[in-house]
Amino acid sequence: MTRQPPDDVSVAVHDVSKTFRLPHEQVHTLKERALHPFRKRKIEELRALVDVSVDIRKGEFFGIVGRNGSGKTTLMKCLAGIYRTDAGEIWLRGRMAPFIELGVGFNPDLTARDNVMINAIMLGLTPAQARERYDPIIEFAELERFVDLKLKNYSSGMQVRLAFAVMVYVDADLLLIDEVLAVGDAAFQRKCHDALVRARDQGRTILLVTHDMNAVQRYCHRAMLLDNGNVVAIGDPHMVARRYDDVNREVYGQPVAAVGPGAGDGAAAITDAWIEDEEGKRSDSIPQGRPCRVCAQVQFRAAIEDPLFGFSVTDERQRVVMSVNSGRMISRSGSFHGGETVTIEVSFDCVFASGNYFISPEVRHRDEERRLIDHRDNAAAFVVSGGKPVAGIVDLPHDVQILRVEERAGARSVG
Amino acid sequence: MTSEAAAYRVAGPKAISGEWRRFWHLTLTLAYTDWKLRFFGSVLGYLWSLLRPLMLFGILYFVFSLIVRIGDRVQHYPLVLLVGIVLFAYFGEVTSQCVECVVDREQLVRKVSFPRMVVPLSVALSGTFSLALNLVAVAVFVAASGVDPRLSWLLLPIPLLLLVALAAGVGMLVSALYVPFRDVRPIWEVVLQGLFYATPIFFPIQFVMGQGQLLTRLVLVNPLADIIVESRHLLLGPEAPSVATAAGSSAWLLIPAVALAGAVGLGFWVFNALAPRVAEDL
Repeated sequence: MTRQPPDDVSVAVHDVSKTFRLPHEQVHTLKERALHPFRKRKIEELRALVDVSVDIRKGEFFGIVGRNGSGKTTLMKCLAGIYRTDAGEIWLRGRMAPFIELGVGFNPDLTARDNVMINAIMLGLTPAQARERYDPIIEFAELERFVDLKLKNYSSGMQVRLAFAVMVYVDADLLLIDEVLAVGDAAFQRKCHDALVRARDQGRTILLVTHDMNAVQRYCHRAMLLDNGNVVAIGDPHMVARRYDDVNREVYGQPVAAVGPGAGDGAAAITDAWIEDEEGKRSDSIPQGRPCRVCAQVQFRAAIEDPLFGFSVTDERQRVVMSVNSGRMISRSGSFHGGETVTIEVSFDCVFASGNYFISPEVRHRDEERRLIDHRDNAAAFVVSGGKPVAGIVDLPHDVQILRVEERAGARSVG
Repeated sequence: MTSEAAAYRVAGPKAISGEWRRFWHLTLTLAYTDWKLRFFGSVLGYLWSLLRPLMLFGILYFVFSLIVRIGDRVQHYPLVLLVGIVLFAYFGEVTSQCVECVVDREQLVRKVSFPRMVVPLSVALSGTFSLALNLVAVAVFVAASGVDPRLSWLLLPIPLLLLVALAAGVGMLVSALYVPFRDVRPIWEVVLQGLFYATPIFFPIQFVMGQGQLLTRLVLVNPLADIIVESRHLLLGPEAPSVATAAGSSAWLLIPAVALAGAVGLGFWVFNALAPRVAEDL
């Protein structure tokens, strides 16, 4: 049963399972135990990891994705040796530095200096090495002015910066990183990205837990998708990112008919919502920059005079990217009677940045209060694929010119 | 990069793991920062670790020399009292700080894998720094009270080391038990209070010997009592009887020795058994 992994494998996980027992009432005192010795404690079992197996090769940049509660952090904690596994084996090769739940375990009452020393030693440096790297760590974290401040006076961003800096500078062969890319300001995120790329180029093995599919597709050699503690997919990061979208869609993007009653007064019901590609076929993937059409079907249950139809499109971070309202384009939508079914179509060129989007259609009365008739959150989802990676939320058609001041002046005067 | 590093198996958190060197560096660093932290923000800083036992000494000396007048009947009563206070204060401080030490370091325990036993051991070690300071004060008192130096002083490190071992062992026990059972804290406060009176601290062992051998032996079952009695004997010579004299036979020493080994062994064993689950139970 016990077998050493091959030489080029730096993380080997064989059939690892981990179950948490969640007592419904925590017994924390002897008295409670003594008074109720036979009371059966209700215990719920949570299978956080189920027979997870994966081999990660030396120098690989490996992404771990999954919805919240899918077991990503538990797996990281098992790898880091913080949790004991219930079954299976984990083998590592080389020194490991974990960065889990946004920290490496700082003591809020100590200064940055003391915390850095403790953590560096904990992660395997000698005190002499730790002292040597102290300055670069502080410099990386940009905290030179605050080294003698207790950590509890730091902002959360400052703490994360310090923690990340420690992890980068302990020179581990193996980095376990849980969700660092979601915090910090843009400049620091940039630094994190650069540090990760550098670590990858130095041949270190990196395990990255993230919800950012762009990062997965950009950096990772391979990725793994976990769902409810099970490995759903391992392999090409694009494939895994797509599967991750599927898993999310199962949760958000059920066809509306199956979602149940909507939020409004029910004089009409949204029975379906979908997106079509430029050929008019239903699709859940639209190439960036191509025409597309967002549609919803509404069935009227009562006679309604001149209702308003609208859509909002949100991205993964719940930001509204686009909001459309029939009242702005059409002065009068018409009168409808009960039993009638209509389809609303909105056509546009899909200039959204690549990623996941969700469509939420709604119908309202055209009266003073704009009373809601029906609204379905995230009734349909689609992926914008391909295109150049862009930092913004849309990639509008544009033109770039570089002109010297004289040229520009000349061009203007002629024009 | 250690590219040809051997693969190793991750088996989850343990009480003791990894290299001894790292274990030691970690214990030392944690002990040092802990010690610094304890007096941070107080005007007199480290002096407090010295002043506290001296102030307790002042109070007890006042009560038992001037009011109850035990001191009149004992030679070098100030030294007898001071040795008792300093040694007991070490034990009391280390064990009561150990109670919450693992829970206090939740941040570390939850996020980094390291040998868990470092935590109580670092508390014991940082207490030892204070003990060393206090022993300097004791030395000053010894010099001032004109006690003649004797060869037996060279043996003093033995009871001191046993004291450190006892405090660390009991510290492991209470720190591990506190994670699942939070009542350890009040219970331990009462136990310490009881120990203060059951241990010859403000009274010399001769007073107990006057009450009969059975009671003397009973008092000396507690290893802490033996350590204090023996330290006084090594310091002051025959005027403070040794444990063997007090108990009436050397063979009897076996009982407190077993008690001490048992307490340390139990602490070690319990901590070892509970360490792997500590991160989940916090």
